[in-house]
This record gives sequence, structure tokens and C-alpha cells, in this order.
Amino acid sequence: MSMHKPLAALILALAFSTGTAFAQSPGLGKPILEADIKIWDIAILPDGSNLPAGSGTPAQGAKVYAEKCVACHAEGGKGGGSPGAGPLAGGAPLTNGIETPKTIGNYYAYATTVFDYIRRAMPFNMPRSLPDSEVYALTAYILSLNKLIGENDTMDAKTLPQVKMPNRDNFIIPYPDRI
Amino acid sequence: MGHRKNRRGGNELPPVEAVAGNGLLNRRALLGRGIVFAGAMGTGAAGSLTGAAAEPLKDEPWSLEMGAVTPPLQVPSKFEKNVVRTLSNPNNEFRNSHARTPHHLLNGTITPNSMHFSINHAGVPDIDPDKHKLVIHGMVRQPLEFSLETLSRYPLVTRMAFVECAGNSAPMFSSAPLQVTAGAIHGLVSNSEWSGVRLSTLLDEAGIDPKAKWLVAEGADAHFLDRSVPVKKAYDDALVAIYQNGERLMPGNGYPMRLLLPGYQGNMNVKFLRRIKAIDQPAMSMFETKTYSQILPGGKTWRFHFLQEVKSFITYPSFGHSLKGPGFYTISGVAYSGAGRIARVMVSADGGKSWGEAALQGPVHDKAFTRFVMPWRWDGQPAVLLSRAWDEAGNVQPLRAEFVAARGQTKQPVTNPLVFPNQHYNSITSWGVDSKGEIKHVYA
Repeated sequence: MSMHKPLAALILALAFSTGTAFAQSPGLGKPILEADIKIWDIAILPDGSNLPAGSGTPAQGAKVYAEKCVACHAEGGKGGGSPGAGPLAGGAPLTNGIETPKTIGNYYAYATTVFDYIRRAMPFNMPRSLPDSEVYALTAYILSLNKLIGENDTMDAKTLPQVKMPNRDNFIIPYPDRI
Repeated sequence: MGHRKNRRGGNELPPVEAVAGNGLLNRRALLGRGIVFAGAMGTGAAGSLTGAAAEPLKDEPWSLEMGAVTPPLQVPSKFEKNVVRTLSNPNNEFRNSHARTPHHLLNGTITPNSMHFSINHAGVPDIDPDKHKLVIHGMVRQPLEFSLETLSRYPLVTRMAFVECAGNSAPMFSSAPLQVTAGAIHGLVSNSEWSGVRLSTLLDEAGIDPKAKWLVAEGADAHFLDRSVPVKKAYDDALVAIYQNGERLMPGNGYPMRLLLPGYQGNMNVKFLRRIKAIDQPAMSMFETKTYSQILPGGKTWRFHFLQEVKSFITYPSFGHSLKGPGFYTISGVAYSGAGRIARVMVSADGGKSWGEAALQGPVHDKAFTRFVMPWRWDGQPAVLLSRAWDEAGNVQPLRAEFVAARGQTKQPVTNPLVFPNQHYNSITSWGVDSKGEIKHVYA
């Protein structure tokens, strides 16, 4: 907590000098049940927290990919089928230079990020349209294209967070005191 | 102006001396009092200060007839039609789109709302403010829902703040300078007066668990764009902003509400804010672990850089302008730092060999644009103009050689100013003036 908080509370208290009820907050937030937020609660954490039920394999993902992804991301995740649709497979070593394109294979630290982003933002023209099992399957297919899992591995809430991404331990936090 | 040397009765004021090479003058020359320039300033080569004799006056047609009726929403003069943002996706391809602020055509410190930069990864959503909701949940005592109407009833904080994309100035990573305007290079930063509710007030109301160290902030756009924000920043100076320069937010800037994290990378200032979840670990979202993080020389990677570090650039004169002959000019630019107030800006006209202190146009706000100005007598010879800023925390804008040594540059020159070879460039920008008064982007 910072030093600004008590000061802010004091200013607020002075601003409402006739009442004590507003010492902290006007209190206008409407209580809501976590259960009623569930449909919005889509962020997946790197330890696997909040991953939904369901599962998928690379083979299942390849079928979904051919139907819903290939138009933009091209065959085999090569990318370039549509402007802005980056490659999903491969990637040069990061020692190639500061402008090296960042990919799932050479950069992402957590496989959960792949699942999270597909589920929240893809397909680009129909976000939130994929059932969770298809998201697992697509994640498995892409991880398999990058040889980060085997061709027959199943991705689910247990196995996905265990996938070791090559760049995970390569990150530096420049301002640790700001966290 | 300097040539009015007789206003205060002749030469009683001390002459304004040069403070650095190639004609940089003491900032006292801008104080608006009668002044005398030292040396050859008033005569000889600088005779053009007074210019050619003016023509006899006449009345113009617009003064001799009734003008247009006053409109409900006013727009700039038709003569200002070129003062617009630079677009990255003018043909509406099915991808992200950016608009850059034309800094080389603006002045002051407030970016007009119509010209605030905007980046939209999945388009600009068309949000009905009466249906928009913000929920705060996760590690809290009581999850809460807020509307624009309820937030508008809270005591609002109004403050100046710049918002800068972490990828702003990315063309400067090019191994050779791109010949584009200051707006094209640095247009992904803008500065506004924002009004909003302290995020800490809302977190306190929900009863945030002291064990929660992070917030996931998420927007209502078609990417549900999300970023992890330290609770520490939320209790420092974060706002849920609902006004921008006195009016509701522009759609491209987050209407009807956005997170404002003064000094932190633009993408963290989540637009169309609809959800804040208190958690015990960062979410490692795509935009924080990939897009807005960076590769260092040697291949190590940086994550959670957050801070937009101290920076300045000259907006006039700069690429696209031309000087109309030797004489007096006011060099002008903006300086800002995510770590606090600007303390000092130095300007050079000789490529960094010598420096003079610029005047800061106050008031100088925390984590906001400060405009600096520097009087300059151009002698018609080639000159290279640079600015360098310091902030109140003692941080200094790195020289280009220092920056490139630490952060690298591209192997091949970049040709497209719209690409992002890397993130978080805060080194110096140099403008080379040739003997004709034409201006090029150079590295000094």
C-alpha cells in the first residue's frame, strides 16, 4: 500500500465533513454473485487456475484448424494467409537479433497463454464461439506443430500447465520493485 | 521579440548571450521583455530578423459579409485539413488499426481528443453506455458491479497524464534513420486531462484481500483484451477514467471507461474496461508476455517493463518543416516521464557537442507532457537539433550510443515506419537542418 491511501481517505472525509458514512467510499457498487460473473471470468492463469473442463488432441485440433483457422493462418500454421495473422509454428532463435519475430515456439513462457488467447479472441471474426474442447484441441495441435508435445498427447486442465515452454526461464523483470 | 530593442528605452537590458554552439540563445530571450541579442544578432547576417517591409493593409472578403452560423459541434478550419492522424490500416483490412498523433503540427501540451493516438487490436467497439458494466471480483470480500452512472456519482480526480504505447518510437530501433515526421515516429503518445474515480476507492469498497498482488484488467472489445496490473500501482495513482479533456472518452480511447495507469505502458491502460479480478499471480496474457515485452541483445527477454521512461523530442522544427532563411526561431518540443515530473531539458544545435538549457512551460505536471522551448538564431549553416530530458527522480534520457549499446538496433535498416522491431525506445531524436533550411531525420 502507498502513502497516498490514508491521505486520500482524509481528503474524502474532509470533503464530506458533515457525514461519517462516506469516510471510505460512497458505496454505490451493486453486490453481484461470483456465479453470475462466471461467463466473463475467462482469464486462465499460468498455474492452470480457471482452466475449464474438457480436453483435445492434436488430431482433433487439426480438423478444427482446417475448418476455422487455415484461411488466415495458412497450412501448418505458417502464417501470412491474412494480414496480421502471424505464424503459429516455428520461430528463429532469439539470439538472431532484437527484431526477431516473437512466436509461440521461441517466446511464449506458458502454454496456458495460447489456450487463453484462442478462447478469448479467436477466430478473429467470431470471438468466444469455440467450445472449450475445440480450444483444447487447437492448443494441442499448435503445441504439437511446435514439437512442444507429442502427436498423441491430450491437453486438458491437468496436462496443459505442465507443458514446458522453451523460453520460460529466459525472462528478466526490469523493475521488480514495482510489483 | 528580440528586434524591439527600443521598447524599454534602448539598450539598458543586458544582451542575451549564446549558451551553446550554432546559435542557441539563453532562454531569458523568451521571457517576453525587451532584449538585445549579443554579437551580430541585430545587424549583419541576421538582418532578416525584421524581414522585408510590410505591404499596405486592406480588408479581406470574410470581413465584409456575414459569416457562417455557429454549429453545435465545432471542427477545425478547412485550412487545417492536413492536421490529422497517420493511419496504419486506412483500407480497413481485417486486422488491427493504429492512428498516430501529428505532433509536428501541434503545440501546447494537451492533445485534442480528435487527435489522441489510438490502437485497436480488434476494432473500436460500439458500446451503449447504459448497458456497459464494470465488475470487480476475485480475491475480494464482496464482488461489485458498477455502471457509468454510479461511477459518475463518485468524487472524481482530475489530472494530466500522458498515455504512451510501449511500441511508440519503434522506428528509432532502425539501424538507419527513417525519413518521416515526428508524428509518424513518436505519434503513439498523447497527453490529456483525465477525470475518473480512484481505483483504490473501488477496491476498498469491494474489500480486496491483502494477499491479492495482481489485478487482471479486461476490456469489452472483441479481444477481451486483458493485462495484469500490480495492486501496488492501483493504490498509487490508478484511475477508472470517464472523462478526457472534459468530455466523455472518445470511442477509440476507451469509451465509456478505461483504466488510467499514469506513466505505465499504454496497453495496460485497458480501454472499454469491464472487469477487474484480484488474483495472487500475473495472468501472463498474450499482450503482456509476448507483444508488449521485448528481446534484448544476446537473446534475453524482458517482461513487465511497465514504465515509460523519461523522453523528449523536438516537434518544431522537425522533418517536414523547412526554415525560411536565417534568423530567429523557437525550437519547441515535448518531454515526459513515467517516473514523475520533468526537471530539465537540454537542447543542442550542433549534434550534441554543446548543450543549452531550454525553458519549461509550466505548470510542470507529474507523468504528463511538459513543453520546452529554446530560442535559436539560425545562421544559415547546417545544424543538428537534439533534445535531452531529465526527470525529478534523476533519470536522464539516454544518448543514442548508450541506448543502442544496451538495447540494440536492427541488423537491416527498417523501411516501414509502421512496424515494431522492438519496444520501449526512449533515446534521443535528432533533426538535421541543411543550408537550404530543409530538415532530415539523422542519428547524432
